[in-house]
Amino acid sequence: MITDPTGPSSGTRERTVHSGADSNGAAAGSPGPPVTQPPHAAPRRRRRRAHTPLDPRPSIPLTLVTGLVLVYTLLPLAWLVINATKDQEDLLDSFGLWLGEDFQLWDNISRTLTYDDGAFVRWTLNTLLYVAAGAGGATLLAVLGGYALAVYEFPGRRAVFAVVIGAVAVPGTALAVPTFLMFSGMGLANTPWAVIIPSLVSPFGLYLMWVFTAQAVPSELLEAARIDGAGELRIFFRIALPLLVPGTVTVLLFSMVATWNNYFLPLIMIKDPDWYPLTLGLNAWSAQARTAGGEPVFDLIITGSLLTIAPIVVVFLLLQRYWQSGLAAGSVKE
Amino acid sequence: MRTKSRRRILSAVAATCALTLGATACGSPDPGAEGSAKDVASALESGGKVTVWAWEPTLKKAAADFEKKYPKVHVELVNAGTGDKQYTALQNAIAAGSGAPDVAQVEYYAVGQFAIGKSLQELSPYGASAHDQAFTTGPWSAVKYGNGIYALPMDSGPMALFYNKKVFDRYGIAVPTTWDEYVEAARALHKADPKLYITNDTGDAGATTSLIWQAGGRPYKVEGTEIGIGFGDAGTAQYAATWQKLIDERLLAPITSWSDEWYKGLSDGSIATLSIGACMPANFVTGAPAASGDWRVAPLPQWTKGAKAAAENGGSSLAVPKASKNKALAYAFIEYATTGAGATARVSAGAFPATRADLESQAFLDSPFPYFGGQPANRILADAARDVGTGWSYLPYQVYANSVFNDTVGKAYVSSTTLAQGLEAWRAASAKYGKDQGFTVAE
Repeated sequence: MITDPTGPSSGTRERTVHSGADSNGAAAGSPGPPVTQPPHAAPRRRRRRAHTPLDPRPSIPLTLVTGLVLVYTLLPLAWLVINATKDQEDLLDSFGLWLGEDFQLWDNISRTLTYDDGAFVRWTLNTLLYVAAGAGGATLLAVLGGYALAVYEFPGRRAVFAVVIGAVAVPGTALAVPTFLMFSGMGLANTPWAVIIPSLVSPFGLYLMWVFTAQAVPSELLEAARIDGAGELRIFFRIALPLLVPGTVTVLLFSMVATWNNYFLPLIMIKDPDWYPLTLGLNAWSAQARTAGGEPVFDLIITGSLLTIAPIVVVFLLLQRYWQSGLAAGSVKE
Repeated sequence: MRTKSRRRILSAVAATCALTLGATACGSPDPGAEGSAKDVASALESGGKVTVWAWEPTLKKAAADFEKKYPKVHVELVNAGTGDKQYTALQNAIAAGSGAPDVAQVEYYAVGQFAIGKSLQELSPYGASAHDQAFTTGPWSAVKYGNGIYALPMDSGPMALFYNKKVFDRYGIAVPTTWDEYVEAARALHKADPKLYITNDTGDAGATTSLIWQAGGRPYKVEGTEIGIGFGDAGTAQYAATWQKLIDERLLAPITSWSDEWYKGLSDGSIATLSIGACMPANFVTGAPAASGDWRVAPLPQWTKGAKAAAENGGSSLAVPKASKNKALAYAFIEYATTGAGATARVSAGAFPATRADLESQAFLDSPFPYFGGQPANRILADAARDVGTGWSYLPYQVYANSVFNDTVGKAYVSSTTLAQGLEAWRAASAKYGKDQGFTVAE
C-alpha cells in the first residue's frame, strides 16, 4: 500500500491534497488542477509524513467538530468538579465555571459522607450490592444463555431469537409499573430483591453474547475437544470462556452502567431510604429544597453527584480496551 | 405466549387504575372493624412497628421521642417523595394491596381527595373528635370531610409577606400594605433596576388559590358529591385584575419556586418579596444563607385598605390509610406527634404549629429569628393564623385540578390569554373531570 500521496490515482487523495493546498497558504491562489503543486511544496510534505488512507492527514473541519463535541461533553463534568469545591453560599453567588472564595472540596466530601447519619455511605453500599448482584448475575446469565444459543442446535431456536430481539425493543421503563404490581403481589416490593431480580434480565446482553460466541468460538474447536473426551461443562469453562472474555467484559460494563444509573425501577420499587441506591438518595436530597420547612443541601448534592460518577469513570478507563474490542466484534469479516 | 400477553394487558389495566388518582372504583375494600380508644391504649402496651411516609423534617424528633416514651414501639420514618410524588406512590400501594404505610403525610388540599376515595381511616372512634378545640380553625376544617375526621393537623401555613428589607431601603420604597401599593412597589423596583423583580411567578396553583382565598373568593363549594366551581366572584376578579397588571407589565421574575434559580434570587435580592406560608423560614436559613439579615416578615398586603385578611398556603396533616395493618398504633403515633408535648417539641424544632396552645405560648411568640435580623416573626405569623378567612374548601380532587393548572391558567403567563380566561379554562377542565368521576357539578 505504498503510494504517492500527491498522485491523481484516487478521488479521496485528490481532495485531501486540494484542501491541504488551500489551507497551506503557500499554494493559495494557484489556479491549476490540484496535481500541479508548486514544486517545493510536495517534497516538503512528503519529507514530513506520508499520508495514506490508513493514516490520513488531519482534517481541520473534522478536528473542529471533534473539539466542539469534546467541550460539549466535558463542560458539565468540569462544572461538576468546580462546583463540588464550593459551599452553599458560593454556589449561589459565584460564577459557575470558576472557583469560589473558599476551596471546600474536602470539607464537602466529609460532610456528604456524614450528613443524615452517613446515609450516603449506606446508599453507596446499596448501589454496590445492586451492581454486584444485578449486573454480575445478568452477565453470568447472558454468557451462559448466549453460549448455549450459539453452540447448540435445538428446535425453537428461531422462536427464542425472535423473543430476544423483541425484548431488546421493549424499554425497561415500560415494564416497571407491571413489574411493581407483580412484585407487590409476591410481597417483594420494597426489598432489595425488587431491584436485583429485574436487573438480572438483559436481552441485549444475551443477544450480544450470542453473536459474540458465534464469532469467537469456532465449532471445529469444540468438536476437537469432544473427540478428545472433554465434557460439555469442561469445554465451556476451559475452552470457550477464555475466548469469550472480551464479550463478557463488554456485557458486564453495559449492565454495570445500566444498574449503577438505574433510577426509575428503584424509584417505583423502593420506598425505604435504607435500601435506596445513590440515584434515589441524591434525588431525595434534592427534594429537600422543594419542601417547605426542608433544608436545601445543593452543595452536598453536587459533591455527592461527583462521588457517584467517579467509580463509573474509573471502571470505564480501566476496562475500555475490552469495551472497544467487544463493540467491534463482528464488524470485520475474517 | 398468549397467556403472557394477556397477563400483560391485565397488569397494564391495573397500572392505569393505580395511576388514576381519586378513582373511587380503585379504592381498597374496607378491612373491617372500627377501632376505639381502648384499642389505642392496648396497642401502645403490646408495641409493634409503625411505618410513616412523610417528608416533614421535624417528625424525626417526634419519632425518636415517641420510641423513647414507648420502648416497645418502633417508628420507621420513610421519605417516599414530596407532595404529589408521594400521593402517586401511596395510591399505587393501596391499589396493589400491599406496601401501604401505617401513617401518611397528606397536605390539606389533598385530604379530601383521599377521604372521598375511601383510602383513609375515619379517626373519630379512636378519639380524634376529642381534639376539636385543640387546633386552629383553618387546619381543623381541612381534615374534616362530611362528618368524619380523616387526619390530624400537623402544621399550618398562614401566609405573610417576606420581603428583602435591604433592597427596599436601598431604593427608598415603602413596604406595601395593600396589593395596589404592591403593584406600585413592583413598578418602582423594576424601574430602579431592571434586574429586580417584586417576586417570582410562573403559575402556581397553590399560590393562586391562596391569594383568591385571601381576597374573599370561595371558588369551590363541596357538599358530599355535589360540587360547585366558579371563579366569578368579586374576590377572584380583584385578584385577577391585580395580578394581570403584574403579568402585563412583566414585573414578575420568570423563575419557578423551589428551584435552585429561585434560591439564587432570594440570596442576591433579585426576588424582593415572597407571599408564602409560615414554613418558609427554615428554607431561608439553609437555602439563602448569604442574605441572612436582609429579610423581614410583614403581614400580607390587603385587598381593602385597613382590612386584616389572611389565608393558608401549604401545611399538612397525618392520616392513617385504611390499608394499614396496625391502625390503633398508627393513631397513637399521629396523636402524639400532632398534639400536646409531641407538637410542642416539633414547634421548637422549627415546625409552625396548628395547635392553639402552641400558637399562643409566649415563648413561641417572643422567639427571635436571627435570619430576620432578630425580628420575632412568629407574632406576625400567629396573627395571620388567627385572621385566616373561614369557609374555604378545596375540591375533593384538588390534586388532579392542580396538575392541570399549568395547561390552563399557566397560559396567561406565557401568551396573550388573560388570567380571567385562564381561570375559566381551569374551571371547565376541573368541572369536566368532576363529572367524569361521578360528581354532580353545578356550573
